[in-house]
Amino acid sequence: MTKDSVVRGGGSPMSGMGRRIGWIASRMRRARRGVGIGRAAAAAGLVVAGTVALGTCGPSASDGDLEEGGISPRVMADALHTVIEADRTIYARHVVNRLQDEEGVIAASEHWLDDKALPLPAQVFRMGAELAAEKSDDFYYALISKWPINIQNEPRTPMEAEGLDSLAADPSRPFYGNETLAGTTYFTAVYPDVAVAEACVTCHNAHRDSPRDDFRVGEVMGAVVVRIPLR
Amino acid sequence: MTRGGRFSRLWLILSLAACVYLGARIGGDDKTLFIPGAMTDGHHQIEMACASCHTPFGGVAQASCLVCHEAELAEALDAHGNRKFLNPRNAVQLERLDVRRCIVCHTEHRPAITGEMGVTLPLDYCSVCHENVARVRPSHEGMSFVSCASAGCHNFHDNRALYEDFLLAHAREPSGDPPMPGADPHPATFPGRFPPRRTPIAVEPGDRRSLTAADADAPAASARGELVERWAGSAHARAGINCGDCHGAPWTDDPPEELCGTCHVEEPRGFRAGKHGMRLAAGFGPMTPALARLPMKSEASSFALGCGSCHDVHDVDLRPAAAAACLSCHADEHSESYPASPHGRSWESELAGLGTPGSGVSCASCHMPRLQEGDAILVQHNQNANLRPNEKMIREVCLTCHSLGLTIDALADPESIRRNFPGPPALHVESLEMARARRR
Repeated sequence: MTKDSVVRGGGSPMSGMGRRIGWIASRMRRARRGVGIGRAAAAAGLVVAGTVALGTCGPSASDGDLEEGGISPRVMADALHTVIEADRTIYARHVVNRLQDEEGVIAASEHWLDDKALPLPAQVFRMGAELAAEKSDDFYYALISKWPINIQNEPRTPMEAEGLDSLAADPSRPFYGNETLAGTTYFTAVYPDVAVAEACVTCHNAHRDSPRDDFRVGEVMGAVVVRIPLR
Repeated sequence: MTRGGRFSRLWLILSLAACVYLGARIGGDDKTLFIPGAMTDGHHQIEMACASCHTPFGGVAQASCLVCHEAELAEALDAHGNRKFLNPRNAVQLERLDVRRCIVCHTEHRPAITGEMGVTLPLDYCSVCHENVARVRPSHEGMSFVSCASAGCHNFHDNRALYEDFLLAHAREPSGDPPMPGADPHPATFPGRFPPRRTPIAVEPGDRRSLTAADADAPAASARGELVERWAGSAHARAGINCGDCHGAPWTDDPPEELCGTCHVEEPRGFRAGKHGMRLAAGFGPMTPALARLPMKSEASSFALGCGSCHDVHDVDLRPAAAAACLSCHADEHSESYPASPHGRSWESELAGLGTPGSGVSCASCHMPRLQEGDAILVQHNQNANLRPNEKMIREVCLTCHSLGLTIDALADPESIRRNFPGPPALHVESLEMARARRR
C-alpha cells in the first residue's frame, strides 16, 4: 500500500489536529448527554458530596506538611517510592540480569507472552502500577524519561518535565511539587530511576526505538513519578 | 368550572393516561417506542433488553459493556485497556477522548454515524494521542490517520498479530501458501493442518460402557429403527449415553436444549456468547434467520437456532455442522461463493475422501476454529469471536496454512472477502516491508 493509497475518506493528515479533536470532543459531549437523567442525578450527587466534603475537611495538605493525626503526602510518597525502587532493583538485578545476562537461563522480552520469556523490568513496573491504580485511587505511580523507548512515556505535564530537569541537575535530591490535573490537585514527587544492572543499559542501548545508545550502569535513565491526590 | 379549570383537568387526565400508557409499554416486552435509533449489528438482536445496558436513572454503565465483552478484551490483550489510562498523567488526553468508557467510541442508537466495528467516532481518532507518530516512525509521515485501523495495519484493541516483532518473526517464515486457483486447490499430498478436536466431556465415568443398538432403552413407540441405528454409531453410544439419558424419565421426544450443556460445558458457553445464541443468553426466544440482518435463505426464515439446528445428535458424522449447516441458512455473497472457492473445493475434496484428513477448509475452520486449551482442542462455538476485526483470524486460523504477508493482504481486501477469497488479493499492505526496513 502506498502512502497515497491509505488516504481514505479524506481524513485529516498528521498535522492540524485541532479541528478534528474539537469534533471528537463534541462527540464525547453527545455521548455524555446520552446518559440523560442519570448524568443529571450523578451531577447533583457530586454537588452534595462536594459540599459535605468541603464542610468536613480540615486544612489543605497541599504543601506536603504533616497533618494532625496523619502522615504527610511527602512521607507517603517517599515510602511508596522506597518499596517501588526496592522491588524494581531486585527484579532487574536478581531476576532479569541473573537469569538472562549471567546464567543464560531465560530471556526477558517485550513480547513475553508470545516468546515465553520474562517480562521486561519496565513492563513489570507498569503492570504493577496499573493494577495498583485499579485497586486504589489514593496514589499513582509511573515511569517516565527524556529518552523513552515508547514516546508515550515522555514527560506529559509541566511538572514531569520540571522534575526530570531537576534530577538532571542534581540526581541526589527528589523533586516535589503540586500540580492540578483534570480538576484534582496532586502532590507530585519525582525520583531518579537509575540503571542498576548491565541488562538495563544493554537493552536500552540496543533497542531500535531508544533515542540513546550510550547509557551506562549507574546513570539516571528516567524518573519514577508518584502522585498523591490531595482531598 | 372556569375555562382554565377545565383545561387543567383535561391536562391532568391526559397526563395520567400518558403515564399509564408509557408505564405499560416500558413494562411490556415490546419497547420499540423507547428506542431512539436503530441499534448496531452487534446488539440489534437484544434491543428489547434495555436493562442489559441501561441502568435506571444511571445511564449506560461501563460494567454493562464488560459483562459481555470483558473476557474477549482480556483475551485480546487489549492494547487500550481501561487500566492503562487510570494514571492522572493521562488527564490531558482523556479530556480530548476518554477511552476509558466504551460508549465514548461505541455510541449505540446512532446509525447515521456508526461505522465499522460499531465505532461512532471519525476514523482518525488515533490522532488524539498519536499525532507525533511520524517523529518516531518516519515511514508514517504524510499518511492519513483514517488509515491506521482501516488499512490492515493497526487495531485499537487487538494487535496480537500486527505488532512489529510479530511481523518480523513471521515474515522470515517460508511461505506455506497452498496453490492458487487454476491448480487443484488441495492436492492429495497437501498435509492436513487442522487438528481433530479433543474435547473434555463432563460425564461421570462410573460404570458406563460402550453401547450398541440392542442396549437402546427407548420405549418401543419412540425407538424408530433408523434413529437407533444412527445413535448406535455415534459418539454418544460409544460414551455409554443411552436414549433415556437425554430423553429422560418420563420420556420426552423433544429434550430441552439446555440438556446438552450437562455434558458439553464449553460449547454452549461459546454458542450463547455469539450471534447464534445471544438472544437465548439475554432471556429471549432462540435466534431465527428471519431476525437476522445478513441475507438468509427464505425457506430457513423460521428455523430456531440451538445445538440441534447444526448437529444431528443421533448421528456419528459431525462434518455437516461445519459447512452444510451454515449454508442451509446463510445466503450472503461470501457464503454463496464458498462452495466454488478454493477453500470450499478443498472441503469438498476432503469430504469425498480425496484430500488428507484435516486439509479441507470448512466454514467452521475459519469461523469456529479449533483452539488449543491445555491438553484439549476445543471448537470455538462463538463464531463471532474472531470475526471483527478480522485480523483476529490471523493467529488462530490463517497462519495455519498461509504466510503472514498473504494473510494481511487478503484480510484487508473487502472485495476478495466478499467473493470468498477466489484468488490472490488485489491489495497489498506494506506492514512487512516497513518492519523489515526498520530492522535494517
